[in-house]
Amino acid sequence: MIAGTRPDAAAGPETGPAWADPRQWKRAGIGALILGLVIVIVFPLIFTDATVSNIAVQTVIFVAVASAWNIFSGYSGYLSLGHAIFFGTGAYAVGIIARDWQLNGSSVFALLPLAGLIATMIAIPLGLIALRVRRHTFVVITIAFFFIAQLSASNLAITGGSSGLLAPVPNWSPDTFNDPFYYVGLVIALGTIALSYLIRRSRFGLQLRAIRDDEDRAVGLGVRAMPVKLTAFAISGFITAMAGGLWFYFLSQTFPQFAFDPLFDLAIVLMAFFGGLGTVAGPVLGALVLEPVQLYLNLRLTNDYLSEILLGVLFLVIILFMPRGVLPTAGEFITARIARGRDDGAQGGRGE
Amino acid sequence: MARQILEAIADGILGGGVYALMAAGLTLIFGVLDIINIAQGILVVLGAYLSYVLSVHLHIDLFVGLAITIPVMFVIGVAIQWLFIRPLRGSERTSMTLLASYAVALIIEGILYWVFGPNFVALNAWYTQPNASVKIFGFYVGDIYLFGFGLAVAVVAVLYWLLYRTKFGRAVRATMQDLTAARLVGIEVNRVAAITFGIGVAITAVGGMMYGATTGAFSPNSGYDLISRLLAIIILGGLGSVGGAMAAAIFMTTAEALVDIWQPNWAVAVFYLALVLVLLFKPTGIFGRTAARAQ
Amino acid sequence: MTGLRGGGVSKSALRTEGIAKAFGGVQALSDCTIEVAQGSITGLIGPNGSGKTTLFNIITGYEKPDAGQVYLGGRSITGQSPQRVFAAGVGRTFQLTRIFPRLTVLENMLVASQHGRRRFANPLARSGGAAGRDRAMFQLEFAGIAGHANALAGTLSYGQRKLLELAYVLVADPEVVLLDEPAGGINPSLIHLISDRIAELNATGKTFLIVEHNMEFVMGLCHHITVLDYGSVVAAGPPRIIRDDPRVLDAYLGTGEDDDEPAA
Repeated sequence: MIAGTRPDAAAGPETGPAWADPRQWKRAGIGALILGLVIVIVFPLIFTDATVSNIAVQTVIFVAVASAWNIFSGYSGYLSLGHAIFFGTGAYAVGIIARDWQLNGSSVFALLPLAGLIATMIAIPLGLIALRVRRHTFVVITIAFFFIAQLSASNLAITGGSSGLLAPVPNWSPDTFNDPFYYVGLVIALGTIALSYLIRRSRFGLQLRAIRDDEDRAVGLGVRAMPVKLTAFAISGFITAMAGGLWFYFLSQTFPQFAFDPLFDLAIVLMAFFGGLGTVAGPVLGALVLEPVQLYLNLRLTNDYLSEILLGVLFLVIILFMPRGVLPTAGEFITARIARGRDDGAQGGRGE
Repeated sequence: MARQILEAIADGILGGGVYALMAAGLTLIFGVLDIINIAQGILVVLGAYLSYVLSVHLHIDLFVGLAITIPVMFVIGVAIQWLFIRPLRGSERTSMTLLASYAVALIIEGILYWVFGPNFVALNAWYTQPNASVKIFGFYVGDIYLFGFGLAVAVVAVLYWLLYRTKFGRAVRATMQDLTAARLVGIEVNRVAAITFGIGVAITAVGGMMYGATTGAFSPNSGYDLISRLLAIIILGGLGSVGGAMAAAIFMTTAEALVDIWQPNWAVAVFYLALVLVLLFKPTGIFGRTAARAQ
Repeated sequence: MTGLRGGGVSKSALRTEGIAKAFGGVQALSDCTIEVAQGSITGLIGPNGSGKTTLFNIITGYEKPDAGQVYLGGRSITGQSPQRVFAAGVGRTFQLTRIFPRLTVLENMLVASQHGRRRFANPLARSGGAAGRDRAMFQLEFAGIAGHANALAGTLSYGQRKLLELAYVLVADPEVVLLDEPAGGINPSLIHLISDRIAELNATGKTFLIVEHNMEFVMGLCHHITVLDYGSVVAAGPPRIIRDDPRVLDAYLGTGEDDDEPAA
């Protein structure tokens, strides 16, 4: 042992507070997870109010979208401000096919994966162009492509032009009308969360995150950047499109500015940041908090202008003061407090 | 047909001048601060609204009003940079500043909606009327474009003088080339950044007035369309290159005007398609610097 | 010429011939020819600006030379991309350590160790696999930072980062290792650790090319030293000869004493 080197076993925030057995925490975490699952599954059966279930449907949709966005942008560090392209494509794909094949009822749900595939077919060429440039430019290209998409929706006959599309209205019982949408959305959301978790601990996810930290170095070590980024981009687009299709079916209609809404991307970026960018739980928590808030504000405030200003202000506050996300920052704050309390009692604590 | 084409080209070049003005500020900000100011679009609209207020409520001529709007926008620019951009540091600086500027854009747009409402307004003066034009080479060129052209030349000249003939300009160019080296020779980089941002926004006062006067009608919603075009322009021209931005602006507006002859609905798509095509072959833009800054 | 331990004909593990590279108006390297014998520890010294890091960049593919060739064990690798050079068995570290700050120390190791894997392995499998993790942990223990395996690499001190960078370069088991200022900016006890580790690895057959300003470190560790000045080689030979060579003293502006420069 060489004198002067730092002792290896330094307990820091990463290794957890010393007063709790990590295994107990893990068990508690799994227990909480199971409890959470039960709650979300029985949720609409308990809260049957239409407004509540309406918010619930849109919330699970955005949980899926935020997580999907995070799978690409959070892990790779390439901020996409054009994910509305996929969302809108999903909406329009479901709308056009349902209209042309005259589908209704539950069979429309089967269109969702198809919408996802269509979005993937768009994502690949888009990604091949956009992912070759550096990050500044990438963001801008996603914005540019977004406007092309919005323009296409307005001008093509097949998309119904600027008046948009109507969805078929299923004749389900009005009491539980929202429930099928909720459960389909829940399945998508849970699937996305599981995928996000698997990706994060996999080699694929490792390569993505290495690209985020130092792409050149990662490439120098043999990480094949383009296939990795493109795959994440395509996966992200697939899920977002499914969510968009579901959202369209649920709201029964859409039109270009609605399906391709510039505020959409800002909202999901905010959700991901709020909860902690690049983590599995971050976008989920961000969506769980922000989407109901946003919907609630939309109901209460008669003009959108105020909610726009609030969105901007909230964003600035988070970026300036809690850039790692509200929840991670709060978590660090609490952990630091605990550590400080512990050190005050311990003797000769190492000053860090 | 030939006449239509020539007219379209003329329109394109003149219109491109206006966009060139707006884009120049944006690319200058990128060159010095290494950030993309998404708020530039809505700031142009803000500039247009300021000219509107001066013109309609105080009966001040549009060009004369610039003496007020330019300093006001400069101060706004410096404030934005100082409050929301400067505090952002660290490895995520690129994305954060982009998002921060996007958030600022949202706030400004919301405020404009609040104050002015969603309705379209227009900047009018005797020289913006359709019949106020001069005949050059057989084409009618609107007076506003002539004055605007002169104004653009003046702005470019002032900018050039500022960048190449003053001590401040030297500091700006040094910072653009190497931030660390600039610091090492004693340049107050923060001050340079703030002032450059202010200048970039002050240019939008001019751009905004010209935009408002030439575009017929605008509303707070016009910001989106503007910023997407401006972004396409500066990327096509190469981030950081003022000359490139100007050339790209003129190229794109001319292309759009030409396509507009046959397919008015899709004309604006030309903007973006041109961008995509260029990026396929040269990811750094036409005049882009090939050396990438650390991300 | 090479002063190897062991006898016999020496093969060069790495060789450059006539490398030239200019940046703008500055000629960073001109007619740079160096030779690194198989199984040796070769030092590359020279004043700041003499082109050492540029040469490293050219050898490892981060820059392309204007002229000249790079040979790895007889095979030309001139102008190949960094990942191909890495895959060919050349590892390198950077002067300003390049690690992945938001990945854990262990994950940093796993990024480097995943080249050469079976191409169609399950992409969603837990990264590294058991064998990969064991190898990574072994290298971390060797470097002395195994206790930090689950810490974010960004929380490591500068010295620990250098050890991490060394470790993850080694986990891919390269035959030739290029180290750019491994001793720069860290405390003397850590320098001893690094020096010992390099010697141990060399004993197992690895070849090292080291850029360093710390003369004590270089003279004590290297079998052979090449001196660069203004982009070309001005002297090459074993330490005891280089130490007294007037051209070397000249290159360093006549200091002549042990150059213990603090890290740049």
